[in-house]
Amino acid sequence: MRIFTFAVVAALIALPAAAQEKPVQLKKAPGLDKVEANCQACHSLDYIPMNSPFPNAALWDAEITKMIKAYGAPIDDADAKAIADYLKKNYGS
Amino acid sequence: MITRRHLLGSAGAGVALAVSGQKIAHAAGAELTPGVPEGVGTVATMEALPGKKPLIKLSYRPPNYESPLEYFRTPITPNDQFFVRYHLADIPQVNADTYKIKVGGDGASTPLELTLDDLKKMPATEVVAVNQCSGNRRGLSNPHVVGVEWGYGAMGCARWKGARLKDVLEKAGLKKEAIEVAFDGADGPVVDKTPDFIKSIPAWKAIEETTLIAYEMNGQPLPHLNGFPARIVVPGWTGTYWMKHVIAINALTKPQGGFWMNPAYRIPVGKFPVRDRFISQENAASTPITEMVVNSLITSHRDGAKINAGKVTVSGMAWDGGYGISSVQVSTDGGKTWTVATLGQDLGRFAFRPWSFEFAAKKGKNTVMVNATNKLGQSQTSELIFNPAGYHNNVMQRITLNA
Repeated sequence: MRIFTFAVVAALIALPAAAQEKPVQLKKAPGLDKVEANCQACHSLDYIPMNSPFPNAALWDAEITKMIKAYGAPIDDADAKAIADYLKKNYGS
Repeated sequence: MITRRHLLGSAGAGVALAVSGQKIAHAAGAELTPGVPEGVGTVATMEALPGKKPLIKLSYRPPNYESPLEYFRTPITPNDQFFVRYHLADIPQVNADTYKIKVGGDGASTPLELTLDDLKKMPATEVVAVNQCSGNRRGLSNPHVVGVEWGYGAMGCARWKGARLKDVLEKAGLKKEAIEVAFDGADGPVVDKTPDFIKSIPAWKAIEETTLIAYEMNGQPLPHLNGFPARIVVPGWTGTYWMKHVIAINALTKPQGGFWMNPAYRIPVGKFPVRDRFISQENAASTPITEMVVNSLITSHRDGAKINAGKVTVSGMAWDGGYGISSVQVSTDGGKTWTVATLGQDLGRFAFRPWSFEFAAKKGKNTVMVNATNKLGQSQTSELIFNPAGYHNNVMQRITLNA
């Protein structure tokens, strides 16, 4: 157990930026599971509330398209739609 | 328009945000710049990264942390108070002992590799220069635009020491056909398909005496999150070109392509009073952002601060794209009349220039506006020059002090 704890601590020291990361809790609503499953592979979820509530539906669609087309996020069409609906409803204007 | 009161209401100034099962982080509420999107207040927290004092955390990963206003009360920003900005989340700890920079490209006839020791053996140059994110103050855009919603604090001023990029390029046999010099850093994307962050500058800018491969910041090795062991320093130009953890430098006879050159980091042609152009990257509609526009910040007081009636000194910093600040003017009557402020220590044309101004505050509300002018005669704008990425916001600041 002691060795295990030491290993965990060592891992945290090796990743100082990542070790700072605390969970970001988004609004609980349909589609949140798709947001969590896709978006946070590349970035922490604080990006979403930070960019709110000003985006209208078209702006959220454009952001999702940018993530897929420009940044190469591997998000399938069904998930992309669920994510768009969630963002527009919970973090849109 | 989002008022400060609205922001504080949504964020809860100074209230701890409880995160389940985790340490408590303090909401950044009172530290936030008035006018940023309301949602910033729900996620921004004051957090200390390793080796850093608390900064305003906007995003954990990639890490984007800005400096609160109080950290701008000295013309040199200490390393542990310096902002952190990354585009991509795979950020390795670079080992200085095995670190190498590959210098080459089709515009270099004698490619080479440099270790950190090689760099340090070259003639060293020091320059005090402001490093400001292109998107600093993006959060104040009206209407708001998407991106990292920075307030005032995505900037800092440090004394950088390093080898001249020009000397390194000469060693690598820079050809006269070279039109750009491109940089890549050790950090990279999480997903292979995400474009790696690669940036170029015009060859003429690369061979300026003050464009450096810096390995020291304020007399110390660079902090990890500010680019250890070496980064590019392009005084006068926005931070996007100041490649951190630089591992490749390529002289190019053709323009650098890629997402981060176009469509990212572009401004509409002809909208801003900038002199430096990046012609090989220009098109009819847009051009890369280059030099910083003249700007200033009141750092002694926050908007809405309580003061005593009578003599009050307001102070702050002014900076520009490297022409140097010629004057700073302050108005205490809403912009009707302006009076010249006293300029402080001159650390060079690329540095923060401190200024201060004493006035007689009356009972009740006192408005203070500030406007800096540089040696080209350029001064700040009173109306936002809107652009889709929220760059170059140098709207004159206006605060209210209550006596």
